[in-house]
Amino acid sequence: MSTVIGQPVRRREDARLIVGRGQFTDDLKLPGMTYAVIVRSPYAHARIRRIDVSRALAMPGVLAVFTGKDLEGVLGPVPTAWIPPNADLKQTVHRALAVDEVRYAGDGVAMVVAEDRYTARDAAEAVEVEYEPLPAVVDAWAAVQEGAPLVHPDAPGNLALHWTAGSVDQKAFDEAEVVVRQRFVQQRLIPNPMEPRAAVAWYDPGTENLTVWMTSQNPHIHRFLLSGILGIPEHRLRVVAQDVGGGFGSKISCYPDEALVAHAARTLARPVKWVEDRSEHFMATTHGRDHVQEVELAGRKDGTIEALRVKIWANLGAYLSTAAPGVPTILFGLIVNGCYRIPQASTEVYGVFTHTTPVDAYRGAGRPEATYLIERMVDLFADAIGMDPVEVRRKNFVPPDAFPYTNAFGITYDSGNYPLALDKALERVDYGGFRARQAQARQEGRYLGIGFSTYVEMCGLGPSEVAGAVGFQGGLWENATVRVHPSGKIQVMTGASPHGQGEETTFAQIVAEQLGVAMDDIEVVHGDTDRVTMGWGTYGSRTLAVGGSAVAVACQRLIEKGRRIAAHMLEADADDVAFQQGRYQVQGVPGRSVSFQEVALQAHLAWNLPQGVEPGMEATANYNPSNFTFPFGTHVAIVEVDPDSGLVRLERYVAVDDCGTPINPLIIAGQVHGGVVQGVGQALWEGAVYNAEGQLLTGSFLEYAMPKARFFPPIETDSTVTPSPHNPLGVKGVGETGTIAATPAVVNAVMDALKPFNIRHLDMPLTPEKVWRAIHGKGERQ
Amino acid sequence: MALAEEMVKIAVTVNGKRYEDTVEPRWLLAHWLRDRLGLTGTHIGCDTSQCGVCTVVLNGRAVKSCTVLAVQADGGEVLTVEGLARDGKLHPVQEAFREAHGLQCGFCTPGAQMLAYALLEENPHPTEAEIREALDGILCRCTGYQHIVRAIELAAERKEAKA
Ligand code: FES
Ligand code: FES
Repeated sequence: MSTVIGQPVRRREDARLIVGRGQFTDDLKLPGMTYAVIVRSPYAHARIRRIDVSRALAMPGVLAVFTGKDLEGVLGPVPTAWIPPNADLKQTVHRALAVDEVRYAGDGVAMVVAEDRYTARDAAEAVEVEYEPLPAVVDAWAAVQEGAPLVHPDAPGNLALHWTAGSVDQKAFDEAEVVVRQRFVQQRLIPNPMEPRAAVAWYDPGTENLTVWMTSQNPHIHRFLLSGILGIPEHRLRVVAQDVGGGFGSKISCYPDEALVAHAARTLARPVKWVEDRSEHFMATTHGRDHVQEVELAGRKDGTIEALRVKIWANLGAYLSTAAPGVPTILFGLIVNGCYRIPQASTEVYGVFTHTTPVDAYRGAGRPEATYLIERMVDLFADAIGMDPVEVRRKNFVPPDAFPYTNAFGITYDSGNYPLALDKALERVDYGGFRARQAQARQEGRYLGIGFSTYVEMCGLGPSEVAGAVGFQGGLWENATVRVHPSGKIQVMTGASPHGQGEETTFAQIVAEQLGVAMDDIEVVHGDTDRVTMGWGTYGSRTLAVGGSAVAVACQRLIEKGRRIAAHMLEADADDVAFQQGRYQVQGVPGRSVSFQEVALQAHLAWNLPQGVEPGMEATANYNPSNFTFPFGTHVAIVEVDPDSGLVRLERYVAVDDCGTPINPLIIAGQVHGGVVQGVGQALWEGAVYNAEGQLLTGSFLEYAMPKARFFPPIETDSTVTPSPHNPLGVKGVGETGTIAATPAVVNAVMDALKPFNIRHLDMPLTPEKVWRAIHGKGERQ
Repeated sequence: MALAEEMVKIAVTVNGKRYEDTVEPRWLLAHWLRDRLGLTGTHIGCDTSQCGVCTVVLNGRAVKSCTVLAVQADGGEVLTVEGLARDGKLHPVQEAFREAHGLQCGFCTPGAQMLAYALLEENPHPTEAEIREALDGILCRCTGYQHIVRAIELAAERKEAKA
């Protein structure tokens, strides 16, 4: 019986965070600390003619200035870690600091280290760099046209990769009753976790050990990659991510910056701190999305979808970031059919270099881009055949009895019940009642709209064999060690690296439930490569599904070990000893029992253990999942569009999510709220904009519109529970669902509201200006 | 490094304790609190005065400590997140943030709590709309604000129950 799992347990990490005692990277102060500032190119594309560091170096308090030339042969290039097979990936060189040429505004050209941060900043401004500006290209579409300026000489036509999956027989389109075509722009986004990136490095010349405290979602991956760049063996390198202030994908990547800080610490034999300021974050931390998509759908007038053909140009920016090549291919292209049974489907991806900030994972990574496309297409198709969009969805759903379901790309969806979530959402919004209200409002000159997103996503990354097959240069299993101390207190070491998701609490819940011990007796340790054996980190909604499963498996191992010791203590046969709520109990003999924690003490004392049982009470599990997990649900947005101002007001938002067995409903709700707000942000306000010269016009919170509290009604959340059949907890992951589901729900709602104006499609973000122009015929209608 | 004659003497009471220091005129209050006093609960999230995660209470008003110079706080009283709890007891705002799951990564949380504190001092019974309006002063990328709003409502109820 479940007593802790499924409860809204209050978070344990909060105890330090609400009193200001979190340990974020910038909070660290070491004796002799020095401060680094990176000098970045103001040009998107330029030749470096000359760098003069003499004035900077002469300033009192300045300890060193590094340039790209100084680092040649000292620091290795910054690699990508995802090499999709059969994609002709051009692994162009990414140096830690640019040498002859800069390739985006924000490309690092020098690093200054000084005794304090103000001096470092002054000195950075004193570094003289002479540039010869060159023509730039910022748009993926433009970059593949004849004569476009080249980003890398060894990537002709600016093509970084070309990848295809699936196939569609042309006949499906030639003979289709209905064909719908649409071009979508998935605008570029800027992750903007509230904590900017930061690193502190400290080198001990005695032991030759280097420690890097940094804002990381995956310290072990960072250790692995930094080791290669720095030429410091992995066993002498320690990466620590204490408290991390959000990541949303932007703290997965291995950037040049942290390697530079580490190198400076090694060179100066002093601790070095670098903290990105927000303007720098806008320019130099990876961006997300940025696709141009061409989509064709073939179907019948009765609403059946027969084929889907997708072709995209994905802007990867100036260099291949760590996971970048996998995001618009594997994480996008294999699930473009969404929750629908579409017999034929194909994806073709052009990954393109441009003179812009590198693009990588951003919350959802590939799956929001896929979900938006299919959920918009379903609405356009419904429109074309005059059918209700809800009915088209229902008609094409993978039916509940078809699981496990293998889609046209060979991906097997573990479990699902799509109509159940849809029905729940319809009931909550009173769909029939809404349509009547909408009709009434139109008579009054008010424009209401409703939009649906019946999403499914592929997450819980993932089976390591699949990781290998799709070219991810790492494993995707997860490590957990559950260590029971003689006093019965328990430490749980996890290779996942949460940074806001609350696993110090949910993992403790798993252990408390399994071992029947008090929550207060359990401590979860993460984010330190010296304390945690191995790990692949937190992203792709994998922490609970993979990391949590590892914890559960380790607990099971402890229970089995304890059973043998308990049987010995109770003078019973191990087969007759049951484990329930923390006690080993001889079946049928009430009163003959011993607690798990008592058994653990005996295991440590080892005075009298059964033969063949080793002393100690610790178990490690390296859990490698057999499949991804596939959370799903229905999100519904209701909006009102003001035709006079073009303003979209979100009136209601209902999210029905199925993330398998819930561990902590309060944390789930928080994840959904945050995800939805980010998704709505993309739909309505957010968007990175470059001018033709490659200058980021949205370089601060003034120009880049972040969602704010007053733009939202309370988000209504609900759930269905369809456990994953293939992990021990039945969990699926919920960190990205909101971001994946929300954008099409909102855009579909706005398009529904705009129907009387005959507007078929508008690209995100649906700003008042864009909507107003469309209504008043002052812009392009698509 | 600054020349000695540019340095300015200040005296500021922070969380009830008086500090005297010599600072460069350009030092931000946020940096002074963090780097000189070691009060790292006050975070810095931007360089353009827009995110509010650096919010502290100066002479009774919520201010962005990245937008105030340390010298401007001279003679003043500052309350930071470290000073919210009294005698080992959490402030109702802190209790409510925990109870309502008003934080995820916790980076905006000190600022959000100080904003909430100042709001409730000024308006002990804000409506939901008033709370959302007040939260315009802070960006949170994690929570979608909903549980922050709830936390502030809860804090208002609790403060009243205690009063
Ligand atoms: S740090 Fe962003 S407003 Fe102060
Ligand atoms: S809790 Fe992470 S920014 Fe607010």
